[in-house]
Amino acid sequence: MTTKIKSFDELKSIQERLKAGRDPKKPCITICVGTGCLAYGTQKLVDNFRAELAKRNLTEKIGFRTTGCHGFCERGPMVVIAPDKIFYQRVGLEDAAEIIDKTLLKGEIIERLLYVDPATGQKVTREDDVPFYKKQTRLVFGLNSKVDPESLDDYLAIGGYTALGKALTGMKPEAIIQEVIKANLRGRGGGGFPAGWKWDSTRKAQGDPKYVICNADEGDPGAYMDRSLLEGNPHLVLEGMIIGAFAIGSSQGYIYARNEYPLAIKNITLAIEQARQAGLLGENILGTGFNFDVKINRGGGAFVCGESSALFASLEGRAGEPRAKYIHATDKGLYDKPTNLNNVETWANVPFIIDRGADWYASIGTAGSKGTKIFSLVGKINNTGLVEVPMGTKLREIVFDIGGGIPGGKKFKAIQTGGPSGGCIPEQYLDMGVDFDELTKIGSMMGSGGMIVMDEDNCMVDVARYFTNFLVSESCGKCVPCREGVRRMRDILADITEGKGQEGDVELLEKMAAAIIDGSLCALGNSAPNPVLSTIRYFRDEYEAHIKHKRCPAGVCKALILYSIDPEKCTGCTLCSKVCPTGAAAGERKKAHAIDKALCTKCGACRESCKFDAIIVR
Amino acid sequence: MVNLTIDNKKIEAEAGQTILEVSRENGIVIPTLCSNEALEPSGACRMCLVEVKHGKRTRIVTSCLYQVAEGLIVDTKSERVLAARRLVLQLLLARCPESKQLREMAEELGIQPEPRFTPDQDKSKCILCRMCVRTCEKVVGVCAIGFSYRGSEKNVCTPFQEDSVSCIGCGACAYVCPSGHIEMETTETGDSRKIWGRTFKMKSCKVCGRYFAPEDQLKFISTTTGVPVDDLAVCISCR
Repeated sequence: MTTKIKSFDELKSIQERLKAGRDPKKPCITICVGTGCLAYGTQKLVDNFRAELAKRNLTEKIGFRTTGCHGFCERGPMVVIAPDKIFYQRVGLEDAAEIIDKTLLKGEIIERLLYVDPATGQKVTREDDVPFYKKQTRLVFGLNSKVDPESLDDYLAIGGYTALGKALTGMKPEAIIQEVIKANLRGRGGGGFPAGWKWDSTRKAQGDPKYVICNADEGDPGAYMDRSLLEGNPHLVLEGMIIGAFAIGSSQGYIYARNEYPLAIKNITLAIEQARQAGLLGENILGTGFNFDVKINRGGGAFVCGESSALFASLEGRAGEPRAKYIHATDKGLYDKPTNLNNVETWANVPFIIDRGADWYASIGTAGSKGTKIFSLVGKINNTGLVEVPMGTKLREIVFDIGGGIPGGKKFKAIQTGGPSGGCIPEQYLDMGVDFDELTKIGSMMGSGGMIVMDEDNCMVDVARYFTNFLVSESCGKCVPCREGVRRMRDILADITEGKGQEGDVELLEKMAAAIIDGSLCALGNSAPNPVLSTIRYFRDEYEAHIKHKRCPAGVCKALILYSIDPEKCTGCTLCSKVCPTGAAAGERKKAHAIDKALCTKCGACRESCKFDAIIVR
Repeated sequence: MVNLTIDNKKIEAEAGQTILEVSRENGIVIPTLCSNEALEPSGACRMCLVEVKHGKRTRIVTSCLYQVAEGLIVDTKSERVLAARRLVLQLLLARCPESKQLREMAEELGIQPEPRFTPDQDKSKCILCRMCVRTCEKVVGVCAIGFSYRGSEKNVCTPFQEDSVSCIGCGACAYVCPSGHIEMETTETGDSRKIWGRTFKMKSCKVCGRYFAPEDQLKFISTTTGVPVDDLAVCISCR
């Protein structure tokens, strides 16, 4: 695309031409090159496919597309072959030639690359039949596998920028805002504030210029949905932003992205350049007279810069410190001008609302939370990956039906939602539908959609200590309750896990938590006590076991556990003595071994290696 | 004008004023650790928290930043407020056990140190109220000091903790420092002073001969105002 598209009609004809030029029956190899799959070494597989196709003179006959993340990161590298959507997983980097020769040229299925459903033991041939995908509603994220993120043509061929054309040529700004309000799109970045109302306030605010910002400072440990959207479908995010800017009356936008997301920054930079060249960004967009451009600002990696006022400070070139928000950003945000900030996933939902209408959008989800939500499902789970489901989907479905349950037949203990300052949800709430309000009710939150699954081997006090420690390192240090209070909470939690907990610690933690929630300046401090409060609420017995009985029920806290060997079960195979780094586990071949407590560092290597379940941790 | 209630007292205040300003004008004491009339409020110390009720909604706000509004009901000593203030002061006492100012405030407010918080051992008296940094930037206009690191590692220092090139030795930071953390040493004769690692030569008054200001400070004032240094070389008493 080198010439500017001058009207919506011209856009439509280009879309039609591109669509017509693509034969849906033509064989096409699609490979995920999201960051997760790239980490498996997928680039080599891509190079091999290209070389093998060229060698066979098949580059014209067989399509080949690299795409962003498909979500099933657990099973990468992944190859999907159109038109039948044959799904190969854990593909070897040298498997390219075999896939071309057998599957594409002869139509044979390579059994060893098929996914095996652990529930039934059956092999699954087609992508749509994989249980992980089957039970999702991949509205926003599903487009990732249909486009090469570096190709504007790909995006246009699936109808991309139709919503923008519709909004710019057929809708008044107020009508667009009303549509977003009616759809009840709520911010996907954490707060869940209705996006339409925010747009409306910014539009009505006094002040010029007005800014729209895309918050891509995703910083929750283990969360990568925004990253994968920006990497995999940057034009979708951009389209949402341009529509928002038109509705709000803004001519300048920013994308505040983490510098640790190099691929996301590369792809969105390219997308912006392509959109400018195509007349979809810049001056006189689609010949309508509307001007809007976007700049990218790379963040330095401070978690707190995801907080709106700290993000503005950082964007302005100052240290990322929040300020009190008694005057809303919609009135005085970036450079004290009216500013509308939404996160990546929120912007990505906008084109769907405009294209298919608020009524359709609002038909998905629950009474208070509409549409779908992408969750980052990680931790003790079989199918690690990104999952998109309608709001209101039961946690049990996410963890067991889509996530495939807990590895090794272990027992589910809790799921942590909402990032580091979210809460841990116990088994009794697994049948709860996940939406903004339900999660808040039980002491957790939606956050940006992180989900960390924990099993019986996780100590909940240790989990609370871990997340609290993360927040200690990420506090900006401006206000006292967050800077000093959260650190003192972490110290008390560390004491408890080290067997130095005192009577009254739990009550003190609760008292501190209440004062920190009331006293902190920003949302980071206000929510920092959540991991402590939710684990006390649902796992108080574990705290008491640590403090009163100096015992860690999950066998995690090193100061409170001892390793020994059950002489009845030990066969004297000597494996533990081989893996033990300190020589603590020792014994004669074919005789029961023993662990020297003075030498044992409680690293757990013996337990992991033992095939006879003979290592006792108490 | 707006009508509001603070601690059951009906008060009329000007729109745009903060709760802290109005309270002080009306003899209602709200403790603060980072507030100074010469500076814009920062909201960092959290001692000035109050509970406000507006319509049906009750919440804790920062009185140095929150503006008065018609019908606002303010409680400066509610249970929640006192609990938050108590924690803030206990946390600062543990951070700076040697600060006299904090100990006095704790005694005044009847707050005991929390025995579960092990006092920090680094002898720092800095409570990170930010008054020095704000004064240097906004009042003096120099920006010789700022913050480095974040969270509990945060500290006030010169860029890269090197001797400051831009510092003019005015000592305003040491003057506003409420805890005595920033030290400024002056020689017996008063001919030089040391602050932020640098020694500043002092200028003597043309009239009385007393050393009264660092030469660098007079040069800075001369540059920003256009008044020749020579005209500035008279101390306040002799002007």
